[in-house]
Amino acid sequence: MSATECMGMGWRRHPQLVLLAALLAAAGASVFLGRFPAPGWTSPLRLLDDPLAQRLVLHLRVPRILAAMMLGAALSGGGATMQMLFRNPLVEPGFLGVSQGAAFGAGLAILFLGGATWALQGCAAAGALLGLLASHALAQRLRFGGWILRLVLAGIATSALFSAGLGLLKCMADPLRQLPELTFWLMGGLWAVGWRDVARVLPVVAPALAIVWLMRWRVSLLALGDETAFSLGVAAGRERTLLLAAAVVAVAAVVSVAGIVNWIGLLVPHVARRLVGSDARESVPASLSLGALFGLLCDDLARTLSGGEIPLGIFTALFGATLFLALMIHSPRSAKP
Amino acid sequence: MNADPVLSLSRVSFSYSPDRPPALRDVSLDVSAGAITAILGPNGGGKTTLLHVLLGWLAPSSGTLLVAGRPPTAYTRREMSRLVGLVPQHEHVPFDFTLLDYVLLGRAPYLAPLALPGPGDRQAATAALAAVGLTAGHDRPVTALSGGERQLAMIARALAQNPRILLLDEPTSHLDLGNRQAVQQVLRRLVAAGLAIVFTTHDPQLAEALAHQAVLLRHGNLLAAGPAKTIFTTEWLSATYGIPVRVVASGDHRLIVS
Repeated sequence: MSATECMGMGWRRHPQLVLLAALLAAAGASVFLGRFPAPGWTSPLRLLDDPLAQRLVLHLRVPRILAAMMLGAALSGGGATMQMLFRNPLVEPGFLGVSQGAAFGAGLAILFLGGATWALQGCAAAGALLGLLASHALAQRLRFGGWILRLVLAGIATSALFSAGLGLLKCMADPLRQLPELTFWLMGGLWAVGWRDVARVLPVVAPALAIVWLMRWRVSLLALGDETAFSLGVAAGRERTLLLAAAVVAVAAVVSVAGIVNWIGLLVPHVARRLVGSDARESVPASLSLGALFGLLCDDLARTLSGGEIPLGIFTALFGATLFLALMIHSPRSAKP
Repeated sequence: MNADPVLSLSRVSFSYSPDRPPALRDVSLDVSAGAITAILGPNGGGKTTLLHVLLGWLAPSSGTLLVAGRPPTAYTRREMSRLVGLVPQHEHVPFDFTLLDYVLLGRAPYLAPLALPGPGDRQAATAALAAVGLTAGHDRPVTALSGGERQLAMIARALAQNPRILLLDEPTSHLDLGNRQAVQQVLRRLVAAGLAIVFTTHDPQLAEALAHQAVLLRHGNLLAAGPAKTIFTTEWLSATYGIPVRVVASGDHRLIVS
């Protein structure tokens, strides 16, 4: 049996294991990829001889690899969950005011708190949660449509308010110092990430994603709508709130560190569903590992391709949008909208 | 028909909000195992509301509902879902679940909140698909099914719940004649196996062909209940729909024309 046949069989039988193996392999390879000691690939032997390179890898590269995987997993796991909870495949995990809230918080920190890392991350996390709470509170007060439609409308309105505030901050920002910093943050990236950030974000992201993973079949049930879910014995309100909270908290945590990274949360769930099927039993775990892989590969490019740092968001948008279009054009069947 | 009704409504009223007229007023109705009940009435007459009350989804503002002899509050939600299954009128699912995965969701009442369906559930889902005549193509995406197959798939999912009562909201309204007949045959088989079936419809002809008992609703009031042959009269149907309706006999069949 050839290696390709072997892989094909492995894929058909255990697609989740193949995705995990690919992720682990990519993570292992990424350790030897970077700009130091030489641009591009560094052989493990050379790394063993170079104590400075070892320190750099251990203190900068490894935490960054972990952060990139967490970022990708949180965004696409959150996206996969929210697309099914809202029964809308075009939902993006930051849309409930989370992304724009975080951006506004970051803007405040850069303009008024000097832009220190702790202030930036703290304000971004606070802004993300504030955005979510505002969306939720607004949705409860809207007198129009069902709960899902109200949440979507409230999310759009809250995001618009925050983005108006962000526009104002940009006008007020010092164009030489603060504005470039804010713009760079808004394009998303992991250049400043260290072990301390990983240690802060992991305890939030890991349990939140564990909830999503454990409840993945419930996500499929909730995608049927409230009436049917009720008839199947599902406590739709309670379970949806728990899943939504878990997804959004994970997203808010990674956004506070990485800034606005678009497209992962929208695109990866689509790819995952195409690869392993729509049932959330399979598509949620596949979104988690594929998202981690996509985040990792994009960040590898962001930190390796040029001497300076290229914002991660540029790569996720470039590859994300291209793949998304390719996916939509090469639809295996004419799925109804 | 059994003497003990599996569903029993006694003087049930329901309002969506205090400032709106009640959607159901003093409705009393018994539903037996092994019998089909058809609910008819104009749009907004309270048919779907009545179905939702029977499901336990809407709690009566007054009056009592007994499901298998006990009020819905005496059951947990999971226990209720093992007694009553629902086939909704529309179900827009924008994700292409395979037919088998879709029907497997009907096993939720038997699984703990974090459990995943196992081989036994797969067997039950396959049996439910066979019961509605979908014996092949279980890995097709539901988004690619025809309207008739989709209706049968929803019935199969409700059957995978193994319920004693099956509620269907306008099960044939979007179907062509052939598919309509297929659904009718499935419902006849199920009721012969002892299920209690309640469905809403706009089609008196279908109700007369299928149901042991018909119920006429208008503005939330139950106008008449009984065998379709007895209550589908010019007077009752005209009163129900608010327009002149004629019942014309033609041999063994009766035609209902407006």
